[in-house]
Amino acid sequence: MLFYATRTLKPKLTLPVLLAAALVLSACASEQAKNAPGGIYDPHEEVNRANHELNKSLDKHLVDPLSQGWGNATNGGAREVVANFSSHLSLPNDVINSVLQGNLDDALQNTGRFAFNTVVGFAGLFDPAKDLGWTRVDTDFGETLHVWGAAEGPYVELPFYGPSTSRDTVGIAVDLVLDPFFVVVRGPETYIGAVAYVFDAMGNRYDFDATVDSILHESADSYAQSRSIYLQNRRYELGMTAEDLYLDSGLDPYSDPYEDF
Amino acid sequence: MTRRGFLGAVSALALIAILPRGAFALSDAQAKSLVDSVVKDINKVISSGKPLSSMIRDFERIFTKYADVPIIARSALGADARRASSAQLNAYTKAFQGYIARKYGKRFEEFVGGRIEVKDARKVKSFHEVRTTAYLKGQSPFAVNFLVSDKSGRAKFFDMIIEGISLRLSEKEEIGAMLDRRKGDIDMLTQDLKKAG
Repeated sequence: MLFYATRTLKPKLTLPVLLAAALVLSACASEQAKNAPGGIYDPHEEVNRANHELNKSLDKHLVDPLSQGWGNATNGGAREVVANFSSHLSLPNDVINSVLQGNLDDALQNTGRFAFNTVVGFAGLFDPAKDLGWTRVDTDFGETLHVWGAAEGPYVELPFYGPSTSRDTVGIAVDLVLDPFFVVVRGPETYIGAVAYVFDAMGNRYDFDATVDSILHESADSYAQSRSIYLQNRRYELGMTAEDLYLDSGLDPYSDPYEDF
Repeated sequence: MTRRGFLGAVSALALIAILPRGAFALSDAQAKSLVDSVVKDINKVISSGKPLSSMIRDFERIFTKYADVPIIARSALGADARRASSAQLNAYTKAFQGYIARKYGKRFEEFVGGRIEVKDARKVKSFHEVRTTAYLKGQSPFAVNFLVSDKSGRAKFFDMIIEGISLRLSEKEEIGAMLDRRKGDIDMLTQDLKKAG
């Protein structure tokens, strides 16, 4: 759930292919209107569970040990610098997606943030823009597809990456090839973003060790637990209102229990 | 939301809480003032500087005092609650309460240096949603919403939702999986819950 090595994908011809795939997938997904808000639609559970086991053992044998090493070798301040830098490099991609979503306010905020932190924040290693109220508006192509009306589609657990949906999977792929930093910068520097991402992910794995362990290695069914948490959080991020979240998912427990008594 | 923020929000599932007495129909203001006192209690624990074991005890006290534990426990059990006898349900609820206190209470250390601020309240269908923001060290602020109802006879919180992640729904998933593993045996689940968390 922590890496996407797929940043190394070749950006050439893949974009049109992915966009076409996006349209096809979202068309399929909308036919399967089964996934009512709050529900779980997981027709590929068997494959997903196999990927989950792979991800779990990757975490246990590779990601967690490496992250512990990284965490022990750094302090919180250093990890925050890495987090700032990684997030900074994602801003151009955020801006593009905000524009595609027709959200110019967010695009402007992220642009201002990028300019300010590039200069005053030493190429984004620090985050003085935050103090001006220019926090990052984190978005992605999965959200853009949502804004464009694509349905969420089936739940997916991707190998190496973790929980997603079919819509978000297309989003991830498109973000990889759309990312201006990746497209514009040439030479070995192209991979700075990927390297920063990997170290930031290790820092997070270290800083949130207890949380990740409790979900991945201590819960009775870590697959179901990750799925539930991912879908709840993702739907919230995409702006589902409290009514959608609380009521359509049968979230009012009083609608039945006390009447039973 | 960043992955960091997301993980932070998940770890904050540990910040549970609740509310004292509200008379007849609960008002927004009442719901809010109840969450105010809950948050005050939690902030006090966070800033107490006590050792973890006593933070866990404090947390358990806050949870049992203010949360509608029976409804949370029952809803985590889901439809299986219908076939349980009331003795079974009582034993299960008690075990569930200890499990929650240990599981989330032991995470309180992570919140040292942080605080929660209550924003506002509004009615959603039959209950009230009180919105708060959590500020933890080294993390972006995130939303923590309390769902408050007085259907138990007293105003209490029956769910806490962090960046969209419901404590109750997450535990429903977990308890459901534990029950499946024990082939639906509620008594065995209760026994195991006493040690879990």
